[in-house]
Order: sequence, then structure tokens, then C-alpha cells
Amino acid sequence: MSHRTVVNIGPFHPLQEEAEFFQLYVDGETVVDVDVRLSYNHRGIEKLDESKTFDQVPFVVERVCGICSASHPLAYIQAVEEIARVRVPERALYLRTIVNELERLHSHLLWVGLAGHFLGYNTVFMWAWKYREPVMDALEVATGSRVNYANCKVGGVRRDMTAEQLRMIDRASDELRAPLEMLTNAVLDDPVLHARLKKVGVLTPEAVKLYGAVGPTARGSGVPIDVRRDDPYAAYDRVDWQVITAPHGDVFSKAVVRLLECFESVKIIRQCVRDIPRGEIDAKVEDIPPGEGVGHVEAPRGETFHYVRSDGSNRPVRHKVRAPSYNNIPTFKASCIGLEIPDVAITLASVDPCYSCTERMCRAVDAETRKPLYNFAELVRLSQQKTERLRKS
Amino acid sequence: MTDWDRQPETPLLGFVGEVIESLGDAVEAVEQCEARRGIARIRPDRTVEVAAKMLALAGSRLATATGIEVRDGVEVLYHWAFEPPGAVVTLKALAVRPEVVLESVANVVPAANWIEREMHDLLGVGFRNHPDMRRLVLDDSWPEGVHPLRKEFDQVLDRPPLPPNQTSPDVPGDRGGAE
Amino acid sequence: MALTTWALRKSLWVYHVNTGACNNCDIEVLELLTPRYDIERFGMVLVGSPRHADVLAVTGVCTRQAMPRLQEVYLQTPKPCVVLAIGSCSLEQGIFTEAYHMGPKVDETIRAVDPGAIILYVPGCPPKPEAMIDAAVKAMEFLKTL
Repeated sequence: MSHRTVVNIGPFHPLQEEAEFFQLYVDGETVVDVDVRLSYNHRGIEKLDESKTFDQVPFVVERVCGICSASHPLAYIQAVEEIARVRVPERALYLRTIVNELERLHSHLLWVGLAGHFLGYNTVFMWAWKYREPVMDALEVATGSRVNYANCKVGGVRRDMTAEQLRMIDRASDELRAPLEMLTNAVLDDPVLHARLKKVGVLTPEAVKLYGAVGPTARGSGVPIDVRRDDPYAAYDRVDWQVITAPHGDVFSKAVVRLLECFESVKIIRQCVRDIPRGEIDAKVEDIPPGEGVGHVEAPRGETFHYVRSDGSNRPVRHKVRAPSYNNIPTFKASCIGLEIPDVAITLASVDPCYSCTERMCRAVDAETRKPLYNFAELVRLSQQKTERLRKS
Repeated sequence: MTDWDRQPETPLLGFVGEVIESLGDAVEAVEQCEARRGIARIRPDRTVEVAAKMLALAGSRLATATGIEVRDGVEVLYHWAFEPPGAVVTLKALAVRPEVVLESVANVVPAANWIEREMHDLLGVGFRNHPDMRRLVLDDSWPEGVHPLRKEFDQVLDRPPLPPNQTSPDVPGDRGGAE
Repeated sequence: MALTTWALRKSLWVYHVNTGACNNCDIEVLELLTPRYDIERFGMVLVGSPRHADVLAVTGVCTRQAMPRLQEVYLQTPKPCVVLAIGSCSLEQGIFTEAYHMGPKVDETIRAVDPGAIILYVPGCPPKPEAMIDAAVKAMEFLKTL
């Protein structure tokens, strides 16, 4: 008779920034099941939006998740524009693209840093976050804030960018290429990382379809889905870029996808800065007619999906927000089972879960005595020790 | 039924038309059929069969589902995304009052597991044969039977009483007690 | 000056609690560790357990589910400790005041279990890292007056 143990992770743990409660059911060192409890971060935004006007909602959805604070408003706005049949001016589309790609750069660099930290590579953490700073500066210069941009509105964008601002964004993203290459080579060449990340937490393409996984989590399993290409919005169909995929579905593939996507983002931003047309930045929108609309946007973590229904008044009747992590976190059920405990931290991190989006805690307890065995910090420590062992051997 | 239904007969064209057509007589009405967007109303007793058919189509995935309270009950909207060609087909099923119950599609489409639990929490939609109907998004002290996304719930006036203050440094329920 | 207070003002160890924030304040808190802001030069480190902490950096609106857990974390922290309420949400719940899943505000939640708690407020949505460094320095100055 095997001895099943429950490992609780959370709700408050130091390294992922948010509260979420995972329970790992382990048999010895091997994970046999995973369970997640949400609610720690549930704020009731969907109800709140029903009491706001169409123009106020973007400021609320921006705060669904701080990291995707350009994608969520854009998805909402596209849904409303679909209801009102608005034609957005060209220049606004390019401006939206620039801010969204800068957001992707900062989010992917953030993830590379955190993943390095989970594996005990604190140098990677420090470097990645150091190189992320110029991106944050560019965003601050262009939108007025490091993280909440408030640049989109129904019909266009709120603020134009001057030639100087655009030049600065261009320079910042161009200068990012050398450090990105260094980070990518460091990851691709390191034998310890290969040993730690390859064939760990494998997510098959079948599981991707069943769980509806999106973004780098799906693309790391060789499923080439990307809203930017499949259902083009903003200016993505006017620039030249590639959808990055990696075939194996393991943590390594997901890391590779994210790193290579950074290069694509740099490419997109530079083309947008080069090609941006002059002209209006917003279209006049009078009333939002009755109807329903769907808006989806490729956020750094995957497709963020918004549904809006209007009854012709100035407030939405229903606004549904579905963030990418909501679909990606349940894939742990497919990818974590059979893993050893030290590999769990990085597998959980590999989908870049965003709990504010999803809302949620993680700790390991003994099923019979209900005593905590590990907390997330200890899981990370176990993970770091395993890297250390591999490095020495 | 919503008050602003578009023309009764929407021609079924293009990729979205083919998808809706493949569902056969499970479709009650087509409300929108455009190049990349489609909305169709399906028979509420056939959600599982429809979900299995949709999942079997190439490139499909369940993006999410939305619940909306309407006059006759709660409308459950399944949003199916297709890549390629990047279309979103929304299938509406109405869970009528007073039971407000539908058959769960989570056994066929695991992606629907969480969202059905969430709709059960927030709107009080019952899902028959759901594999794991525990509370997901509302907190432990939230009373049963209070559904915040229902229209009669006022988000300020109808808030239930807060959980008691913590006096000992130990929260019951977190120590492996989710079940 | 008690021995504990004397020891406390030398190097503050921070435990970070998210009680339902949107992540912005949280990434800005992490940002403090990284090369540009490098808060470790003040002897501050983020630690992995409230039992090791001198400062609780609380972000977020304090949802109903997080409320008892925040109180538990506060009770587990050795006293005296300083609470840094970071961001508009933890001050006044900001844009989310009217939402249904709100608990009491962060300061009310903590004062309910310890009326004499030391709470510092850092406004902003999110506060800039410079503002948080300023708050940390003010916390050290304040501890000297105890």
C-alpha cells in the first residue's frame, strides 16, 4: 500500500508574487495529483464592470493583472469596437502594437529572471531584470507610467507618441538584442539547464487541445496558435514576424519559445516605429449600440479573452474576462503528474502562472497528520539543490 | 431570448457557417454568421453532444464559457476558438428557471472544468454530472446560495458578513483541508 | 530602547504578502532587489517566512479569503514589526472599493488583531520603486524613535 501525502504550496510564498493555494498529492517523491484553490485574489471585477461606464471599464480591466495591463484593456476595447463597428485609425493601431510588444518584452524577461531564480541561477535573475529596465523606461516615456499604461480607449488611443519618444523606443529595443542573445545562448549552451529542464513537465499537444492551453504553453508543445497571426488585430498583419514554436512540450521548450519571442517582439517594434503613418489617433464613438462582441488578444502568457454584451445603455450588461493562466494552470494536472518534488517548482513556473488574472496558495502537508512538509520556499530550495548536484556531477 | 435578436434567418456562409451547419438539428437559431465570428443558439439538452462534436473538429479549442442572467434563466455561452482560421464561434444554451441546470461538458472537454465551477459559484448554474463540483473562486465563509453575478445581488448592499478575525496563528482548512 | 528594537533598525528583513493585488505592486517590490534599485544596500532582504521577518510588505485590496490569512501572517511575525501597506489598493482599496469580494482594508484587518500595529502607507498605483525605498528608509528612521 503506497503512502499518499499532500503537499500544500501557498497561499503566501515569497517567490511567485501572488497568493495561490496548490496541493500536491505525493507518493514518496513522486507527484500523483495536483489540486488548486482559487479565491485569494478574487476581487469581483466582472460585477464591478457592470457598474462602470464603457469608458471607465478599461481602467478597471487594466488592473486585472499588472503584467498584462496593455492586453486586457485592448481585448475589452476590441470587443466593444466589434459591437459599435468602429474603424480605428491606422496610427492608433501601430501605437497599440508598440505598447503591447513592449509589454511582452518586459513580461518574458521577467519570466526568464524568475525561472533562473527557481533553478538557483540568481545571476540570470539579476541580469534579466537589469536588461528589463530599459524596456520599463521606454514604457514610462511613452505612456507616463511604468506599468499601468492607460493608452487604449474605445476608438483609438488616448495619447500620441512624438518622434522623439518613438526614437527612444526604437533605440531601447535595438539595444536589447545583444543581451537577449547572451541570455539565449547561456540557456541553450548550459548542460546543467539541459539536464534540469529537458523532458521535465511534458505537455503533449493532445493535452493542449483538451485543456485549451494558450500562448507559450501551447507553442512550447508544437501547437502553433497565436491570436496575433490567426485573428490579426492592431497592426500585426502589417509587419513581418514569425510564430515561434518548439516541439517537445517540456519546460526547456517553453523557455526557448519565450526567449525567441523576445527577438520577434524587437523586430515588430522596430518595424512599427519605421512604418507608423501620420494621422488621427482616435475615431469618434457616439453610442454603443445593443449587441455582443468578442475580443481576444495575445497577451505575453497567451490569449486573453473578453466578451461584452451591451443593451444600448452606457454600461455593459455583462463583461466576461478570461485570462490566459485560467486555461494554463489546469494543465498542471497533465504535466506535473509523475514528476519528482524538486522539479515541481520550475514546472509550475514554466506556464508563467499569473494568479491575479486567475486569482489564488502552495504548501506540502502530510495527508494523515496534516502537518506541513514543504512550503514553496523549500520547494525552490530543493530545486536549487538539485541544480547544484547536477552542476557538481 | 435577448431583445435585440438579429434577423431571424442568417445565411450560413464561410468557415463559421460550415461549423454551425455540422452541428445539425442541435442548432435552434443562428444569430450571427460572419467571416470570423458566429453566434448560434443550441438546444440546452444537447450541450454534451455538441461539445464533443466541436472538440473533434480540427483546430478547435474551448476558449472559455460565459454565464449571463437573462429573463428566463441563465444563458451559458460556450466560446469555441478555431485556429486556423482564427474564428470564434459562440454557442448559447439557456438554463431555464427555476432549476437553472445544464448537463456538464467537463467530462468531454476538461477545459470546461474550472469555468463550470466558477459559473456554479457566481451564477448558481447547476451542472449535472460535473466531475468535481467544489467551490472555486468564492471564499470559504461565503454563504451557500448567494450568487454575486445574479442581477438582484447588489455588490455593496448585499455583501455577506465578513469571516471572523483570526486570533490564533492557524487557519483551519489550509492544512490539506480543501476537501 | 529595548534590545529587540535596537537590533531591528540595523537591517530589516521583508516578507511580502499579496492579499489580492493586480501584480503591479508585486513586481515593483521584486524590482527593488534587482541591480538598478538594489535595496540590499540598506541591509534589506526578502525572506521566505513571516517568522524571519521584521517588515511585512502588504500589497493588494485584502479580499475576504485573504483577510484571515493576512491576520495569521501578521500574528506569526515576531514583534515589533512594521507593516508597509503598498499601493492604492492596500490603502483604500482604490478602484475596487465597491466590489463584492472585498474584506476590510489592510490597516483595519491588522488593527483588528493588534490595535497598536505600526503601519506605514505607500500610495501610488503602483508606487514607483523610489517611493518604496523612501518608505523603507522612513521605517528605519521611525524605528530609531521607538
